[in-house]
Amino acid sequence: MEGQLSSNLIKLLQDEQEKQGYIGTSFIKELSKKLNISEAEIYGVATFYAQFRLKEQGLHLLRVCRGTACHVAGSISILEQLKSHYGLDENKDTTDDKFLTIESVACVGACSLAPVVVLDGKVIGKASVEDIIQRIEELR
Amino acid sequence: MREIIVTMGTCGISAGAKDSADYLDKLLGGETKVKRTACIGLCAFEPTVLVNEDSKKLYFFINMKDKEILESLNSFVAGGNLDSALKEHLMYEGPYDKINEVLFKGQKRIVLRNAGWIDPYKIEDYIARGGYKVLDDIRAGKYTQDTVLEVVKASGLRGRGGGGFPTGIKWEILKKQDSSEKFIICNADEGDPGAFMDRAVLEGDPHSVLEGIQIAAYVTGATKGIIYVRAEYPLAIKTLRVAIAMANKHNKLLVPIEIKEGAGAFVCGEETALIHSVEGKRGMPRKRPPYPAVKGLYGQPTNINNVETLASIPWILAHPGEYEKIGYAKSRGTKVFALAGKIVKGGLVEVPFGTTLRELIFDIGGGIEGDKEFKAVQIGGPSGGCLPKSSLDLPIDYETLKEHSAIVGSGGAIVMDEISCMVDIAKFFMTFITGESCGKCTYCRVGTRRLLELLTRFTDGIATEQDLTMLENLAVKVKNLSLCGLGQTAPNPILSTIKYFREEYLAHVRGVCVAKKCSFSKRDKRV
Repeated sequence: MEGQLSSNLIKLLQDEQEKQGYIGTSFIKELSKKLNISEAEIYGVATFYAQFRLKEQGLHLLRVCRGTACHVAGSISILEQLKSHYGLDENKDTTDDKFLTIESVACVGACSLAPVVVLDGKVIGKASVEDIIQRIEELR
Repeated sequence: MREIIVTMGTCGISAGAKDSADYLDKLLGGETKVKRTACIGLCAFEPTVLVNEDSKKLYFFINMKDKEILESLNSFVAGGNLDSALKEHLMYEGPYDKINEVLFKGQKRIVLRNAGWIDPYKIEDYIARGGYKVLDDIRAGKYTQDTVLEVVKASGLRGRGGGGFPTGIKWEILKKQDSSEKFIICNADEGDPGAFMDRAVLEGDPHSVLEGIQIAAYVTGATKGIIYVRAEYPLAIKTLRVAIAMANKHNKLLVPIEIKEGAGAFVCGEETALIHSVEGKRGMPRKRPPYPAVKGLYGQPTNINNVETLASIPWILAHPGEYEKIGYAKSRGTKVFALAGKIVKGGLVEVPFGTTLRELIFDIGGGIEGDKEFKAVQIGGPSGGCLPKSSLDLPIDYETLKEHSAIVGSGGAIVMDEISCMVDIAKFFMTFITGESCGKCTYCRVGTRRLLELLTRFTDGIATEQDLTMLENLAVKVKNLSLCGLGQTAPNPILSTIKYFREEYLAHVRGVCVAKKCSFSKRDKRV
């Protein structure tokens, strides 16, 4: 029914994601009590959507766009090179010093600027590996 | 008097348009600020700047990034002449009312009528170009629900998200439902990678969508509007929030409109999955019937309409009888395409149905970048197909493309040249799909994974001809036996590339990638 607190579950998770950078188990426990839904159900929603992380995020977030135009422009190579440079792989997306998290994102919709990356919310078009690393290092 | 207009959508900002606008403000000095609009669609040439001379003459400048050129522009606007440097950036100079014919030759801009021209944060700009006139007339009692419905039905407008279902009929079904609560949901999820049409409309002309929703609510008796926007579009979300507040303030909302953000799930572009997402659940589709028009959000009658569909409505009603004159066969009106990939004039274009692929890509899109040859155009995103050179003279329309193993889809068109490997493209889409499958039905959940494994055998260089047969057979099964549109259309890139580029698959079996893209790392290690 509209108006039920549970229909706001995604919004509440989004707010927490925005605030903390991830959805922690203690938050899920708390939310379960407030909304009167099982933790399993909340966990089910949190793991369904790509936006939600369950592990802590680094101080800075780099998202590499993996849309079609970006793919055709070589984004997979960019992603692989960046991950390699920062010692990350499929199972590890955050550097040990928690400085940087590298993720891929489905499509930012800036296809004419392919390949595109988003660094801390800023859209960077016609990205090159060297340029991105330089920008990241400038943030230290 | 010369007025500067800087077009600033997400791409424009990324290309430096905001910096250019700020610098121009600084040059102008005082309180004057240049007019900021959103995406006009000439993405390949961002930052783009318009100069309006007394609404009699227009100048359109491209690549306006460097300080020196902005300083030249400032001098020009102050009353000077076009210097040689500035002339190199000039794409159009001419009468105010001829710009569309020249700059957007071959196009018919209905959905894109205002984007790039108006300040999306000023409702007055929208109203000055005829916005909300239809809604005001409706509220003044000028049209009954049935009159409006008949115009929409007669227009031949079909769902522009890709489904192509007649909008008038969808509204009619909702209208007939007897319920105290009914919903209009605007699907602004735009999940197809390579599609950014809806983003431009939401960022540049949000009121056209709001007005479309209000008109839909009037006809169908809906009590609330919801816009489901993808989280990856923060600027669009911000622009919509301001627009809704303004529309409310100016008393333009018959029914309240709420924004719900998507959370990153391609499957939520499917109507029943979208509804579940709005309800705060996992975005998993369900069987239909019952269709959302009968039983949708919170169990109530609901229509889900695409951004482009809704943005077309005010124009259609302001020009009754006109929309159906444009188009081809059973596809009336226009379609916005997002041209990207190896194309010279990448960006947004809006063409009448019936325009050929050749006209779209070469005449309007400027052809292939560099000195390369056209190889294929991927049209319709992950649900679509790859069409080769031999298909270039096909007219774009729902039925024709379907007959040729592609779809119009949402309007994403990625142009590829000879260095694209078609097997790699099929694998790219299947990689995307396996990540997005909701997991509910076996054929999609397991089938897409098996299809990806098979495609990887090709790109690794260890596939056999038997693998090709298995790939084709399984693709057909997944297509026919999946629960929802995601699984049903996921095999399309595979089936269309096998149809038109079978030789490339066979070459991979022999250890040859014609585009020289696949590294065949595992080939030599075969036992």
